[in-house]
Amino acid sequence: MCRKAVAGARFFEVLMSGFFERLTASLDRPVVGKNRLLVFLAALALVPTFFVPLWHMTFVAQQYPEGLNLYVYSHNLVGGDDGNDLTEINVLNHYIGMAELKPADFTELKWIPLVIGLIGILTLRVAAIGTLRSLVDVIVVSLYFGGFSMWSFWYKLNYYGANLDPKASVEVAPFMPPMFGYKLVGQFDVWSYPAFGTYLFLVFGLLLVAAFWLSWRNPGLETTLSNS
Amino acid sequence: MNKKAIFRMTLALLVIGLFVGLAACGKKPPQRRGARAGAGGTSDLANAALATYVAPGDLDEYYLFYSGGHSGQIFVAGIPSMRHIATIPVFSPYPGTGYGFDDETKEMLGEYTWGDSHHPGLSETNGEYDGRWLFINDNANGRIARIDLKDFKTKQILKIPNISANHGSSFVTPNSEYVTMATRMSVPFPEGTYADVTEYSSKYHGVAAGIRIDPDTGHMSLGWEILLPPFDYDLGDAGKGPSEGFFFWTCYNSEREFIEGGKLEVTASQKDKDFILMVDWREAEKAITAGNYQTVKGAPVIDPAKAPGVAYFIPLAKSPHGVDVAPSGRWIVGSGKLSPTTTVYDIEKIKTAVANQDFEETIDGIPVLTYASVREAEIPVGLGPLHTQFDGKGYAYTSLFVESAVAKWKLPPYDAGADMNQYVVDKIPVAYNIGHLVTAEGDSMSPDGNYLVALNKLSKGRHLSVGPSIPESAQLIDITGDKMKLLYDAFTEPEPHYALIIKADKLDPIEVYKKDDPTWPKNPDAIWSVEEARVERHGRTVEVWMMAVRSFFAPDVIRVNRGDKVIVHVTNIEQTRDELHGFAINDYNINLVVDPGETKTVTFTADKPGVTAFYCTNFCSALHQEMQGYLLVK
Repeated sequence: MCRKAVAGARFFEVLMSGFFERLTASLDRPVVGKNRLLVFLAALALVPTFFVPLWHMTFVAQQYPEGLNLYVYSHNLVGGDDGNDLTEINVLNHYIGMAELKPADFTELKWIPLVIGLIGILTLRVAAIGTLRSLVDVIVVSLYFGGFSMWSFWYKLNYYGANLDPKASVEVAPFMPPMFGYKLVGQFDVWSYPAFGTYLFLVFGLLLVAAFWLSWRNPGLETTLSNS
Repeated sequence: MNKKAIFRMTLALLVIGLFVGLAACGKKPPQRRGARAGAGGTSDLANAALATYVAPGDLDEYYLFYSGGHSGQIFVAGIPSMRHIATIPVFSPYPGTGYGFDDETKEMLGEYTWGDSHHPGLSETNGEYDGRWLFINDNANGRIARIDLKDFKTKQILKIPNISANHGSSFVTPNSEYVTMATRMSVPFPEGTYADVTEYSSKYHGVAAGIRIDPDTGHMSLGWEILLPPFDYDLGDAGKGPSEGFFFWTCYNSEREFIEGGKLEVTASQKDKDFILMVDWREAEKAITAGNYQTVKGAPVIDPAKAPGVAYFIPLAKSPHGVDVAPSGRWIVGSGKLSPTTTVYDIEKIKTAVANQDFEETIDGIPVLTYASVREAEIPVGLGPLHTQFDGKGYAYTSLFVESAVAKWKLPPYDAGADMNQYVVDKIPVAYNIGHLVTAEGDSMSPDGNYLVALNKLSKGRHLSVGPSIPESAQLIDITGDKMKLLYDAFTEPEPHYALIIKADKLDPIEVYKKDDPTWPKNPDAIWSVEEARVERHGRTVEVWMMAVRSFFAPDVIRVNRGDKVIVHVTNIEQTRDELHGFAINDYNINLVVDPGETKTVTFTADKPGVTAFYCTNFCSALHQEMQGYLLVK
């Protein structure tokens, strides 16, 4: 216990005493050799995110034993069963007065692919001419983008579940469908989890962090630093 | 909660997330029941119960397609449970599915409100059921229909001229080139001619026809007709393997007379032998190509006297019913109802007799093959043999109407000079008075040899009494062992004649007409949204494009003037299985049932002033009762 506290304090001390100074000092250093390959691979990992779902919701009820599936892509909302599950979800939701889930109504589906593309280009830029500065930029922008997207997703789930038509034939209390995990909604068991695309974003982030860490730890960099 | 716990939980949730994703992809479909899975009870009853029990949610192993007789329909059941699953309306209106109420099916039914469906025939490829189409004849009105097994709907009803009572039907060639039709009740030829029954022998005729099947669409069209002596052409079968290229039909009343008050049952049973008619359909095609036919009432009719090689007669014990080709195609089995034997013919001997012109006589230009030359054996199966099926293991099963039993007997070869009784290896009584019987894939070249269904004419006392209109009985029999074993009694509405059994996994029906599925022709009157719903008036015609979805119609008000012609196109825009919607207009005798993705049209005259309601008849949702609208007739 005591030892842990000491180690923690030590880490904090190191961080505060040297990290930001060293970061500032090394921002113009290039990302070297094989670390650029990691950055390139990170950019590559973004490519499939245009084609695979980012999130997957499953709705199972007694009379839907095979379940209804809803997939969130970067650019679209797609129902399972050749798209019909989305129609079915809308048909069921109209009874409780939920607004129809229409891909056209989600501005996210327009800007998310655009931002992914931009981040991809910035990442390629790091791989090609990259300095640690540009790498840090990409990491920060990606973190912001990821966080904002998650908030936006949460907000939409909340919005659709909270804004129900008061004249609907079936009256239900406003509710929030699950964003992560399981929830019983009416007669439906609903599961909601990230899908392959989101895991690719994680891979993307991990690769960038790895590239940063390895460049940071690179003894060659230390040498350059001390020589300057 | 410490950091480690949070980390573990996140990891666990991630793993669960992955598994949920995987589970959604790989959900197990209901299990098809194995033939004898779980058998092992302690008594025959327990064994039979286990062999036929299909647990809730499990599926049967075979489809059983019963002809519905004079109900005009096809009944679909599952084997081994024998549960009735659905009725496919064919020749009679059926409000349950709205059949015969919309313009298209009304036109298909034409002037008739019933038919007499007798012998279903499945399309085949290389002698095996391919699960594409089911054909069914109408014994009453000279028609044949085709059901598409992709959606279990009747797609075509073909009526051809000159066929009176189409009984010798619907027998399909091994590669579905043709399905048969044939006259059971000869009438003066050509159809529509008047001639008294005293002129029966000369003026009356039978006709056998080959109906061509389009290999891609299944569309039926008349290939050829053959003019025949005035016999009653009864049951048939198509040759396969060595007998491919031939059709066989039994026929009775070769006495060729109809004596007023003389009772046909007596006059048609005077001669010791009647015949099997054998038609070489490739020769018939050649005659057509060569122009060797006459067009009568629009049909190309071949006179066999002028086209030798097209038709032959083979003598058979009198008043025959079934003629059935064994799976190998070599043995042709014919049964005379009034003889206690079934006759086996060898197609090789038949071919030799034809080549050697080994004929007993000639009737109206059709040679009669010498019986002794073509017969392989007479099997003493029992009393009243009607129809024979096969198990693919060298045995045949013949129904015995008079004896009310099924006889199992061995197909050739036989020992020379042996007592033929020894080849009848088993017999099982049935309840009661069996007509046809059917084995699993029994008309194909490789029957499965596990199930046999006895289609009995009488069922007295074996079910809860329902008054004098007693249903028919079908009994499931296990034929896997040496001894046949009765498994189950099922009862059907009137009145199955023949039935067919096909392995369930050969069929893969759709359950929704997908909006963009190119399999189905686009209906120009389909609409897919409320925005497209509309009412248009052109003169005295009001045309409505309506959509139905849970739980409303759009439009839900139709305003017309008395006497207007009203056309309503209803599209069920649902794409979810089992979300059917009805569209019934009260007091107008209209009830459509529209399947998901389907569009149906009904045309009627608004001749009743006032207001009437229309509503959804096929229960659809919690607010189904609210799914209604009004027809206002000014």
